[in-house]
Amino acid sequence: MGINLKELSKQEDFFTSGHRACAGCGPAIALRQALLVAGKDTVVSFSTGCMEVVSTIFPYTAWKVPYIHSLFENSAATMSGVEAAYNALKRKGKIKKDINLIAFGGDGGTYDIGLQALSGAMERGHNMLYICYDNQAYMNTGIQRSGATPYGASTTTSPSGKVIPGKTRRRKDLTEIMAAHNIPYAAQASISDWRDYMTKVEKARSIKGPKFIVVFAPCQLGWYYKKEDTIKIADMAVKSRFWPLYEVENGVHKITKDPKKVIPVEDWLKLQGRFRHLFKGENKKIIEEIQREVDMRWERLKKLEEAGL
Amino acid sequence: MKVAAKTANEAMAEAMRQINPDVVAAYPITPSTEIVQIFSQFVADGLVDTEFVPVESEHSAASACTAAAAAGARVMTATASQGLALMNEVLFVTAGLRLPMVICEIARTLSAPINIHCDHSDTMDQRDTGWMQFYAEDSQEAYDLVIQAVKITEEAFLPAMVSADAFILSHSLQRIEMLDDKDVQNFIGEHKTPFSILDTDKPITVGPLDLQDYYFEHKRSEAQAMRDAGKVIEKVFSDFGKKFGRKYNLIEEYKMKDAKRAIVLMGSTAGTAKEVVDTLRADGEKVGLVKVFAFRPWPTEEVNQALKNAEYIGVMDRAEGMSGFGAPLFTEIRSSLYDENKNPDIYGYVYGLGGRDTTPGDIKKVFDDLKKVENGKKLDRNNYLGVRE
Repeated sequence: MGINLKELSKQEDFFTSGHRACAGCGPAIALRQALLVAGKDTVVSFSTGCMEVVSTIFPYTAWKVPYIHSLFENSAATMSGVEAAYNALKRKGKIKKDINLIAFGGDGGTYDIGLQALSGAMERGHNMLYICYDNQAYMNTGIQRSGATPYGASTTTSPSGKVIPGKTRRRKDLTEIMAAHNIPYAAQASISDWRDYMTKVEKARSIKGPKFIVVFAPCQLGWYYKKEDTIKIADMAVKSRFWPLYEVENGVHKITKDPKKVIPVEDWLKLQGRFRHLFKGENKKIIEEIQREVDMRWERLKKLEEAGL
Repeated sequence: MKVAAKTANEAMAEAMRQINPDVVAAYPITPSTEIVQIFSQFVADGLVDTEFVPVESEHSAASACTAAAAAGARVMTATASQGLALMNEVLFVTAGLRLPMVICEIARTLSAPINIHCDHSDTMDQRDTGWMQFYAEDSQEAYDLVIQAVKITEEAFLPAMVSADAFILSHSLQRIEMLDDKDVQNFIGEHKTPFSILDTDKPITVGPLDLQDYYFEHKRSEAQAMRDAGKVIEKVFSDFGKKFGRKYNLIEEYKMKDAKRAIVLMGSTAGTAKEVVDTLRADGEKVGLVKVFAFRPWPTEEVNQALKNAEYIGVMDRAEGMSGFGAPLFTEIRSSLYDENKNPDIYGYVYGLGGRDTTPGDIKKVFDDLKKVENGKKLDRNNYLGVRE
């Protein structure tokens, strides 16, 4: 099925209004878009984090599909158990339906503390989709650096100071780490390119086995930009090639959006308070380094695609 | 009924085969690895229809089992020591979500120093998690308790661990009487759950954020479930006893009726202690033993009833507890007996840490110490047995 806006506008929301996310929350958009594709017969597991906290304050819930939250680092292991139960009960005839199983986690719960559980789940081959909403830091606890935080970004545990200019390490490339698990489908998406993202969710849904999508979901509170700019910030990350949209299907890389007008990464950085310090004196060379890395990674991706790898 | 020679590991694995759970997620750790290995073979040979999930850690084993239980599956796992410690965070979730689950646990010491042998420091570390805890004396009890635990956990809506001592039980062949497969199935019955997160027609949210306005009430109801669990356990023990002739109680009293001096302990050491009680009884000494089966829920009434006539009590703990005062079983016993009219003299003995052998001579020393106290000698409140000082 193609992703059709007209049809989607009639579709029921399964991640509904009433949750308590901030105005301009990128991750909330990521959840809503995924659930619009996945539909009613979906079970969701969640790691501890912003989206868990804002969506299920007892006795309320924003979820109209079954939902389970256990701990911070075990969303993938939790969904492994749900899948095992599903297989066992289906085999015994106690469940008849086909059900989508989606595990969600933020970047902290996925790149860092939950990486082991995710790696195990992907290696074991559970029939599930894992979606990481990536806002590039531990936002729920107050903007601490994570393995997803980009080089140069100032967070509360990688603050820019008189001698250290923000985060000194580069971020992990989680999509490639997941692709290296030899799973049938791994992809990178962004909430700005909803059709691309939703198509990827739909595609993942149609593939049997373990699937992984990391969706770029800006956080206005942690990145220090105007809250009405969330989609713009996500869009500029794609257009600057900082966040390429691509997928790895059965080991083969495919870029799903080649931005026509490429913008300098500096244009994207300067809209965000977390990079403000990079525009002062000596730190400017960091912007050049970031641009070099963005170009290098894009080239690498292009070469992989051209080589059919 | 079939008589067989089984180690506790084999006996528990056989019980798991007969239970035929929907989901087993497990990770290897000495000395409980064998349970998982044997069970994997049952899966490979098609003797069970269990979905077996060979996870990458005990944390994920407990996580997967907990989630599978929320999905309406009957779930079990096996672990020991560091594995149980790694599960700790998840165990609170299983209990807090009021999900049934059974762990076949092999009691092994915790690092550091690393040691693979027996003591109860791993399970004692988990005593506040909201899990029921049962301690087996031998393979037969391990086998029987695992089968009964399935029914108990599903009726009490609290998870349960059945513990058997590392190597002393896990790797020692003993005679056991096994039930017929169909008897086990009939006894445990079909697994029924009030909800399932796989029911997409009735979506529910499991594990929500619970703030100052509700958390306390939820914990209060969980605590009540633990208080009420004793009755559930007694009912299941009673049914099992009627059907199969082996009747369990929350505690076992051994020659306690007129005992003036008593030892309280848990697990495999009970066998040695019974031997010593018999020897001393033959010499006319009024000694007895209380073996605690269920450490959680704590059987206050049963303990107090059993010890009501004892004047001198030695409580033997196979875990230190590191409280700077008394070990876990000692403090429970002493606290329980505080409300009794008589004020018995209670002494703590930490023994057998890291698998240190506990001999009849060690047990006799405790009874001898209690006799010396009776004769007016002063004894330290907390003592160590069989350690080089």
